[in-house]
Amino acid sequence: MSVKTISLTLNGLPVEVYEGTTILEAAKLYGINIPTLCSVEGLSSYGACRLCIVEIGPPGKTKVVSSCTYPCEEGMQVRTHSARIIKARKMILELMVCSTPASKVVQDLASAHGVTTARFRRENEDCLLCGLCVRMCEEQMMARAIGFVGRGPDRRITTAFDELSDICRHCGGCMYICPACQLRCQGPSAETTICSGCLNFSPSCAEVYDDQQCWMPPECGTCVRPEGDYLPATGHICREE
Amino acid sequence: MTGRISSPDELKQARTSLEQARESARDIITVCTGPGCVASGAGEVADAFRAQIKEQGLEDRVTFRCTGCHGFCALAPVVTIDPAGICYGGVKPADVPTILERTVGAGEIIDRLVYTHPDTGQPVPYEKDIPFYKHQDRLLLEENRRIDPESIDDFFVLGGYEALARVLTDMDPEAVVQEILDSGLRGRGGAGFPTGRKWSICRQNPGEPKYIVCNADEGDPGAFMDRGILEGNPHRVIEGMCIGAYAIGASEGFVYVRHEYPIAVRNITRAVEQAREAGLLGEGILGSGFAFDLKVVMGAGAFVCGEETALIASLEGRTGEPKQRPPFPAQSGYRNKPTVINNVETWASVPHIITRGAGWFSSIGSEGSKGTKIFSLVGKVENTGLVEVPMGTTIRQLVYDIGGGIPNGKEFKGIQTGGPAGGCLPAELMDLPIDFEALAEAGTIMGSGGMIVMDESTCMVDIARYFTRFLEQESCGKCYSCRKGTQRMREILDDICEGRGTLEQLELLEELGHTVNEASMCGLGQNAANPVLSTLRYFRDEYEAHITERRCPAGVCTTLIRYQIQESLCDGCHACFKVCPADAISGEKDAVHVIDPDVCIKCGACLEVCPQGAISVVSGGGE
Repeated sequence: MSVKTISLTLNGLPVEVYEGTTILEAAKLYGINIPTLCSVEGLSSYGACRLCIVEIGPPGKTKVVSSCTYPCEEGMQVRTHSARIIKARKMILELMVCSTPASKVVQDLASAHGVTTARFRRENEDCLLCGLCVRMCEEQMMARAIGFVGRGPDRRITTAFDELSDICRHCGGCMYICPACQLRCQGPSAETTICSGCLNFSPSCAEVYDDQQCWMPPECGTCVRPEGDYLPATGHICREE
Repeated sequence: MTGRISSPDELKQARTSLEQARESARDIITVCTGPGCVASGAGEVADAFRAQIKEQGLEDRVTFRCTGCHGFCALAPVVTIDPAGICYGGVKPADVPTILERTVGAGEIIDRLVYTHPDTGQPVPYEKDIPFYKHQDRLLLEENRRIDPESIDDFFVLGGYEALARVLTDMDPEAVVQEILDSGLRGRGGAGFPTGRKWSICRQNPGEPKYIVCNADEGDPGAFMDRGILEGNPHRVIEGMCIGAYAIGASEGFVYVRHEYPIAVRNITRAVEQAREAGLLGEGILGSGFAFDLKVVMGAGAFVCGEETALIASLEGRTGEPKQRPPFPAQSGYRNKPTVINNVETWASVPHIITRGAGWFSSIGSEGSKGTKIFSLVGKVENTGLVEVPMGTTIRQLVYDIGGGIPNGKEFKGIQTGGPAGGCLPAELMDLPIDFEALAEAGTIMGSGGMIVMDESTCMVDIARYFTRFLEQESCGKCYSCRKGTQRMREILDDICEGRGTLEQLELLEELGHTVNEASMCGLGQNAANPVLSTLRYFRDEYEAHITERRCPAGVCTTLIRYQIQESLCDGCHACFKVCPADAISGEKDAVHVIDPDVCIKCGACLEVCPQGAISVVSGGGE
């Protein structure tokens, strides 16, 4: 049986993928780096963290979807780093960094996306409910020892009826995969909600061109400047005419 | 009861013989036993009627019937007498002998039970003349008062299941889908997806078997449209579903109804059994080769299960949690098979379209939104209840012509549409037509049809906080943006309502609101910031008053208000002193009283009892 291929554009670049490929997989295949926290190769897509959101559809009629769960469609136009997406991602990361400031993964992501403010009340939650551990336990360890219970503010991950699980083999897979279990570096300002930003990168080009201009990992980084010292649009190093 | 019906002709015969048998009964007394009327004592009124009819030996002259909701809840409990079409409101059990004696016996009208026209002050005895009913177009709701929901015979007399018979004898499935497409019917559950397109996608999908689902998980606060139909006219929904099943080629269906609607559950369950006994569900419906059966499934109380993918998950026995579309349920739904999910009202509209034609249906309504829509009109409005109007009716017509305006001479401030994830529209947009496009443009949604009217004593920040809190509690919690976003929005709204807000927070609130709506997966998350964003758009000055002046203009937010006794008006009657639960009021009898703001718990009890009107709520203007 031959597999059908689908044509679409990623940030204006025409690409072809097999039917059933998600946007995130397609982007990865073509070297475009979409940030994500709850998507890991080998586990099913869940769509909880919303960091991998992208804009799809023709200009003026776009909608925002999570690329890890959305399948590629024929003729689809995808923008992975539009100004709108970058803004929403930064807001989600700000939410995360205010609620789980102790997670290294969250701090690094926030840092890499230029999140410099933490405007919400600081919480110290130790779980993002990304569900990686639940999927790890079920899909890789074939155990299904843990799952979600409750909804909204009461949602949490636990064993059945909060009892010590007979099924759990103490493999530690859940801890291995957890993005919140790795503590952030205990550098000079570990007490603050937000890291001092050793990786800080802010795509100033998106403000000028409405799309980030470089998305190949690692991003070029040449436009990284201390705040207030961005290069003027005409002299932008990525777009020299 | 009519026995098993095995052909369309037998259905017609059943109707004719029922009609003939019923001609002898002269008067039909109907007691509305919808939720509003039952809460006002309709059950006792109905008992009194039954007892009195028996006692006076009127069984031969009078047909007595308890029905589903008539709509005019403000008049509850409602009793109607047909064929004259008399409508009585606020009926007590003690009124029953008088009604039987004077109205049924002598044909007189009892003025004190009759609706009084607010403008002329004249009694309006006939239902058709009451402004609340006169300005409506009651296609679906009108049937409620003519049917005892426990009786399939009543439904047969209305021509029930004849649309199904017509479909089975004269139309092939494609023609049915085409008819629904041509009618322009759009889903009544909120999103307004064209029903015919949904059916056609499902029909063309190769998966087998196909399923049909009726979404009756109506969870919006203050909304009871689906409840009204399911309780009052369950067979119309079943008929619509049978037609849908025939059109898409399904043989199994579900009615997913929330367990908080026990009467709806009872009535639809009974109706399904009756339909099965009558041969209208099951194998070989009406003698044709078509087989279809229905199961009633109860929801466990999660608001998000009204979202179709969450509903399917719940049906399958999993946690009610939405998932990514595509694939849409019409492509891959229940057990990964093509599934059509429509709302109660949509299903109930289908038989009417088949009977009266797509052309007739599409002649009602506005450009992009066809047919009539039921709204539950509640809040600060005179005539609360269920109303049905053509799409494109303006908010003004709904609130003033039908709703009778705002009670107690207060100002109309705004209207909240579309349930908790809808938005608030200001009085300036009163002439906005109610259809899918116009509402979306104004920053709110049609939703399933909740309409909460608000007057000057409503604080819009407080309203936004109430709905945001509701959504925070009811979010399934899967999308980070929705779960955390609603929590953080509510926190900021708490700050503003309690006088801690800053202007920077206001900007953050708006920014966060946009992210929540953009980044979340399902309809709940994508509309979760509507209460915040719409009030920010239309009532920003109120937010600013809370922040910059620490003042709640409507006098609602307790932290920002205080109760005050006006010296010149207080005559020292001591009434407030006696009623204050916090002992915050001091003063000797016949001397001016004073409220201690530090002790006052702002319950408002003093305000209610003061005969002089000397107590007032003040907000702002110094500590």
